[in-house]
Amino acid sequence: MQSLQAKQELNMQKNWCEKLDLLIAEHRDMPGALLPLLHAIQDDLGYIPESSYAQIAKALSLSVAEVHGVVTFYHHFRSHKPGRHILQICRAESCQAMGAEALEAHAKKFLNVDYHQTTADQAITLEPVYCLGNCALSPAVMMDDEVYGRVSSADLDALVLEASASSVKA
Amino acid sequence: MTTKIYIPRDSSALSMGADKVAVAIAQEAKKRGKEVEIIRNGSRGLYWLETMVEVSTDKGRVAYGPVKVKDVSALFDADFLSGLSSNAGAHALSLGYTEEIDWLKKQQRLTFARVGITDPVSLEDYIAHDGYKGLKNALALSGDDIVRTVTDSGLRGRGGAAFPTGIKWKTVLACEAEQKYIVCNADEGDSGTFSDRMIMENDPFVLIEGMTIAGIAVGATCGYIYLRSEYPHALHVLNEAIEKAEQAGYLGEKIRGSGHTFQLEVRRAAGAYVCGEETSLLESLEGKRGMVRFKPPLPAIEGLFGKPTVVNNVISLATVPIILDKGAQYYADYGMGRSRGTLPIQLAGNIKHGGLVELAFGITLRELLYEYGGGSATGKPIRAVQVGGPLGAFLPESQFDTPLDYEAFTSIWAVLGHGGVVAFDDTVDMAKMARYAFEFCAIESCGKCTPCRIGSIRGVEVMDKIIADKNKQTPNTVKNIKLLRDLSDTMLNGSLCALGGMTPYPVLSAMNHFPEDF
Ligand SMILES: Cc1cc2nc3c(=O)[nH]c(=O)nc-3n(C[C@H](O)[C@H](O)[C@H](O)COP(=O)(O)O)c2cc1C
Ligand code: SF4
Ligand code: FES
Repeated sequence: MQSLQAKQELNMQKNWCEKLDLLIAEHRDMPGALLPLLHAIQDDLGYIPESSYAQIAKALSLSVAEVHGVVTFYHHFRSHKPGRHILQICRAESCQAMGAEALEAHAKKFLNVDYHQTTADQAITLEPVYCLGNCALSPAVMMDDEVYGRVSSADLDALVLEASASSVKA
Repeated sequence: MTTKIYIPRDSSALSMGADKVAVAIAQEAKKRGKEVEIIRNGSRGLYWLETMVEVSTDKGRVAYGPVKVKDVSALFDADFLSGLSSNAGAHALSLGYTEEIDWLKKQQRLTFARVGITDPVSLEDYIAHDGYKGLKNALALSGDDIVRTVTDSGLRGRGGAAFPTGIKWKTVLACEAEQKYIVCNADEGDSGTFSDRMIMENDPFVLIEGMTIAGIAVGATCGYIYLRSEYPHALHVLNEAIEKAEQAGYLGEKIRGSGHTFQLEVRRAAGAYVCGEETSLLESLEGKRGMVRFKPPLPAIEGLFGKPTVVNNVISLATVPIILDKGAQYYADYGMGRSRGTLPIQLAGNIKHGGLVELAFGITLRELLYEYGGGSATGKPIRAVQVGGPLGAFLPESQFDTPLDYEAFTSIWAVLGHGGVVAFDDTVDMAKMARYAFEFCAIESCGKCTPCRIGSIRGVEVMDKIIADKNKQTPNTVKNIKLLRDLSDTMLNGSLCALGGMTPYPVLSAMNHFPEDF
């Protein structure tokens, strides 16, 4: 069993290296290529593995430190593998005016995680967000790419349960 | 007979279940043997009524809302496809003719003229509703004349700083360079704002047209839309619209048979508020960390990749087509004082009727909050309003009669910013809001200057002490409040950009207008 798993992981790694080469080739000639490339990587993997920095740096004639600096500067980029779904709770003023603070406290308790953490079943990573442009319908949350408005604790629970039940990545 | 039904695809409408309503209506129609054509239009911006479903009749569209999936079968029972003469007119969700809804009828929609009416990704629909008339006129004018028209309209940047758009363009036009750029600032980071999102999702061609005109005016052949990553729907709509515009010869080489070229690309931001600041945005577009640049040089002279660059907000650019279509004077006839034209105001927070209100400058906050907003959502008194995003001042009730006008706001030490109005009821704790302002600044600081990077963290600490000491009247409180004022002073005067430089606005306004909370 062990060796089969190890083999699969090795295969995945190999596939990923080839994929990364492809993504780099697609993006390297764009002006200001780094952000579009990082987006493409995160869209594919859900995060930007540190092991890819060297390859990216080489292709774009940057230092590894520069790549690291960019990944860590932007809140959107993650350097660790997230859960199957990302739940973002809006913490900004308009949502605060409609009870976002209570909603985030409830979410942390219900999921038993803090921000930037993933639930034990690997279903959901909880993230804070500062405005989703849904402020007329505060409080707002986003599950993967979908926004929800006027979210009550019960709505949030339902969203979480639905997402947790689906085993596939959105 | 096929009946046309309009169901918004705007992401706020989706957030209230518009997709599910669309599916339910399609299924119910099929079940009952009714022929319907469902058009996914933009949202009219009456968000408390989403999902707002409109049915086309020979006397105009009839609206129903807020429609939930569970209401669909009853709407069919009431024969809502047959217009107001049917039982549907008496249905609890009937709103009558859309154009007659008071909230909408009283507005002066210029930039938002088509929003909610058309299918956002239909170029034919756009053109049938006066789209690309501005570009047609622009193609017959010299760059100087286009710039003069924009200057004469009085349009000032809607991204926050309210700098005259025509003057910015003139600087770029005057630069000699083999490459110039038009950059659209679509980072819309301010809480309480969504007008950029609405334009991009609900009328993307108007932004594309505005950027194309800007390119022709200043001699730029390349444009970027720097779009916040929190707006995935806008990304898809924009890309679809750009592709259609390219196919129809409205983008690319030899635009509409002219000698002009304009290429346009959307670039995704990555969740840093400071990247809405124009120089930080340019750094980010260049693929770097979003560190704010020293000015000068101005981006108009040395901007993206060191080339002359127009950086404008979505609303500024999306307002250009109507100015070129109807003329500078038409636009300038709206407004008051030096604030010409209209402002797409966004009503948000604890408000009953939140949404988009486009009006000429000059309306008071009170009229907005009560006549449009209908008071707070919770039914409690509105105690404070924050205008202009996280760097905007909090205004107490005694300032609600201030007209929305850049200069009037400056005179009360407040800002209009991007036109976001966030209401709070009387349960708000203003000390907490002041703490949050510092916290937000600490999270989002680019780190280039000390007053912002360190000051914001110190601000959180001092606020924590003040909050802990509240109602105890310890001598510490007096000391801490003085400390906070000194700190604010340092940030106001010693920060390179408005993130550090304006965080004192929410902090000091909260302290000054609501001292009982500190
Ligand atoms: C911290 C900070 C954030 C900003 N965020 C935005 C933004 O999200 N959108 C925007 O259009 N302008 C934003 N601005 C203002 C821009 O720097 C710039 O003034 C604007 O893009 C110019 O366009 P306009 O003249 O059309 O308003 C921000 C400024 C600062 C200091
Ligand atoms: S004020 Fe803050 S965000 Fe602005 S340049 Fe200074 S450190 Fe960066
Ligand atoms: S503040 Fe929460 S969606 Fe805008």
